[in-house]
Amino acid sequence: MKLFFHIGRYTVLLFKVFSKPEKSKVFFINLFKELELIGVNSLGIVAIISVFMGSVITIQTAYNIENPLLPKYLIGLTARDSILLEFSSTIVCLILAGKVGSNIASEIGTMRVTEQIDALEIMGVNSASFVIFPKIIAAIFIIPFLTIFSSIIGIFGGWLGGVMAGVTSTEEYVYGIQYSFNAFYVFYALVKTSAFAFIITSVSSYQGYFVSGGALEVGKASTKAVVYSSIVILLFNLILTQLILS
Amino acid sequence: MIRLDNISKSFPDKQVLKNVNAVFQKGKSNLIIGQSGSGKTVLLKSIVGLHEIDEGDIIYNERSFTKMSFKQRMEIRKEIGMVFQGGALFDSSTVQENVMFPLNMFTDLSIDEKLERANFCLNRVNLVNANNLFPSEISGGMKKRVAIARAIALNPKYLFCDEPNSGLDPITSIVIDNLIKEITEEYQITTVVNTHDMNSVMEIGDNIIFIYKGEKWWEGSKDEILNTDNKEVNDFVFASELIKKVKPIR
Repeated sequence: MKLFFHIGRYTVLLFKVFSKPEKSKVFFINLFKELELIGVNSLGIVAIISVFMGSVITIQTAYNIENPLLPKYLIGLTARDSILLEFSSTIVCLILAGKVGSNIASEIGTMRVTEQIDALEIMGVNSASFVIFPKIIAAIFIIPFLTIFSSIIGIFGGWLGGVMAGVTSTEEYVYGIQYSFNAFYVFYALVKTSAFAFIITSVSSYQGYFVSGGALEVGKASTKAVVYSSIVILLFNLILTQLILS
Repeated sequence: MIRLDNISKSFPDKQVLKNVNAVFQKGKSNLIIGQSGSGKTVLLKSIVGLHEIDEGDIIYNERSFTKMSFKQRMEIRKEIGMVFQGGALFDSSTVQENVMFPLNMFTDLSIDEKLERANFCLNRVNLVNANNLFPSEISGGMKKRVAIARAIALNPKYLFCDEPNSGLDPITSIVIDNLIKEITEEYQITTVVNTHDMNSVMEIGDNIIFIYKGEKWWEGSKDEILNTDNKEVNDFVFASELIKKVKPIR
């Protein structure tokens, strides 16, 4: 029953969020702030994760296809497809659910317990729309770019790791990542990422928006935001993969 | 003027307000007093719509707040200023940005006009040279002043203050009390102050409502409260040793 209560309250919140902003200028100022917070400030962690992820995928693939009958360029090809299809979209979004999701839940939760949300409401501002809407739009816009960035860095990391570990050569790897490239995979990754961006921001905002109590509850909301966002991402990963790739 | 008609409010485990009736006059400092847990904050938050009441009606100048739609309430809230217990200033904005916030949201003034208005409001609460400081960099008393400046930025018709003196020393408390009273009289605002500070009561209480166990138990002026025979009011008013010493003198 509690699950239905939360789904219902989450839906009602989204109706409040997706309403016309009171002042477009203020909305765009907030949007650009969020683009920086969610996107630009996540570049570092995404780059670090992607380069190591790409390296490990390449090395693992190489050790798993140690067969003279299999061409070496398969290492690059497999690394590319793994990075594009799953790692840069799903894994990076799971990492972002930790970084961005906890940040959003604690920010909004703190606003709630310090009565800043109430202050907005009293002023006649639709607090849900004012606080959450720019975050959702910014995330849907910027996280797909982070995915593309992650894919590029991941493929580069794969080359770096593969060549440094001596499991592939530059020629073989470059040939592999160009071989039989399917642009639809990029589309698939971007659609998935946009959905995950919405999940991360909306679920985390929901957790923060309805906090009651004090600092302890804000901490709990932050943890719940990460856990529930991750679970919903994994669930939708399955659903979207089945829908798009089947 | 704000009128409360028989308002009641319950939470799942407790009835907090029981048939409260009251009238808050324009240009007067209306105080809601009572012990912690008596229902003062719930009453104040119910009046501004942060809590939905179960029964009764809240009338703002002949307009029923209870029957208004979400959009109509948003409109009437533009006539309301509120000072929260902790200030509720936006952490990531400077003092000046906090005061300018309602102006940015609801006016089409130029940036110079907004700055002028924000500076006027900050000067009105005697806060100078603090425009570029963040809430974390200012004292509790300054936060309350910024909150008042933000609350009056749009020339509200109604001002609500939830325990404006909590956490302040007695001298700063008096400064804040007098500021609220001056602003109320100067701009003819309907002001409702929620407090349990007897100094505030004696300083600014034009009309006082005593809430006891969720009910309106007593109503009167600051002069009447010291002479009432109401036991619960006396227990509250003369709770401190300091005021007990004052009573025999009177």
